[in-house]
Amino acid sequence: MKKFIDALKNYAEGDLLPLEAERIIAEESDLTIAEMEDAALCIGILPARYARNRNTISIAEQRILFQSSVAVVGCGGLGGYIIEELARIGVGHITVIDPDSFEEHNLNRQINSDMDTLGRIKVTVVSERVLKINPAVTILPLAEPFTIKNGARQFADIQVVADALDSIPRRLELAEVCEKCGIPMVHGSVGGWYGQVATQFPGENTLQKIYSRYSGERGIEKDLGNLSFVVPLIASIEVSEIVKILLGVGSTLRGKMLSLNLLDMEFTEISF
Amino acid sequence: MSVSSAKIKIFLKLFASLRLDRFDTAYREYDSGTSVAGVIRIEGLPEKEVTLMLVNGRHVECDHTLADGDTLALFPPLGGG
Repeated sequence: MKKFIDALKNYAEGDLLPLEAERIIAEESDLTIAEMEDAALCIGILPARYARNRNTISIAEQRILFQSSVAVVGCGGLGGYIIEELARIGVGHITVIDPDSFEEHNLNRQINSDMDTLGRIKVTVVSERVLKINPAVTILPLAEPFTIKNGARQFADIQVVADALDSIPRRLELAEVCEKCGIPMVHGSVGGWYGQVATQFPGENTLQKIYSRYSGERGIEKDLGNLSFVVPLIASIEVSEIVKILLGVGSTLRGKMLSLNLLDMEFTEISF
Repeated sequence: MSVSSAKIKIFLKLFASLRLDRFDTAYREYDSGTSVAGVIRIEGLPEKEVTLMLVNGRHVECDHTLADGDTLALFPPLGGG
């Protein structure tokens, strides 16, 4: 191990570890990229892919993110961007859950849908993309639905769950499972020009309040659809909430909901 | 003035798609004792499209009785991902 630590220090450029150095060290050792990067972060050496994070996220915080586990439920519009941003910020373990394949009507907003991926299983495509972006991430693709029955198994060892579903009853079930498992959940949903984000910790029942009078499977998106620029905005706010929860920094939307109206450019915060 | 004939003045705020072809905000007068559900009915809002209701910024259920001077905010359900 000392030899390996010496190699990390030897090949690092200052306190940055470039990809080329990782390749050389990988050839000289039998460590995985994830093991190598965790060891580097542990001794204060930052994988160079995170160089632009460093003045906002410290090396110690980068290691916390790298050791964190997040589940993203739904790999379509919101989920695609959430997974992309989690991988790029450096969350080390991402579980992605979705039983569906890409279809033509996904092309207007889902970042992983394109001419080459139509018909392919979503979790397979997003996993391939994550490993192209950040091979240090451990990604667990589950090509199955989230259900009340599956949830506890799917969320074993998960610290935060991201809601990227497209069904109101499934979201309420997700909130219920997160409650039972004691896991914080970041909710996001979209429809037309509008979106909303909320963060629910166990015992808060925020989702039940948001959808207290709902009936039926879907909301206003049934008539209004979902737009390309609304989806990544809501996904990004969800990721900012996840990162703050993992690092224990800043102020979150815990016990609140942020409602965004991009048509009238009104952002409204509600407290529950 | 008797209680039964009294009116309450409510500041009504519609959010997201609820304001399409309606209004953003308006002062309205209702009979004293009107509930949130009553406002939804009187204003002709589709019942299924109002799922989150706040009075003076606090979450309420639809049987909540309004008081003179209340601000009532109504939101539709968003479910897309």
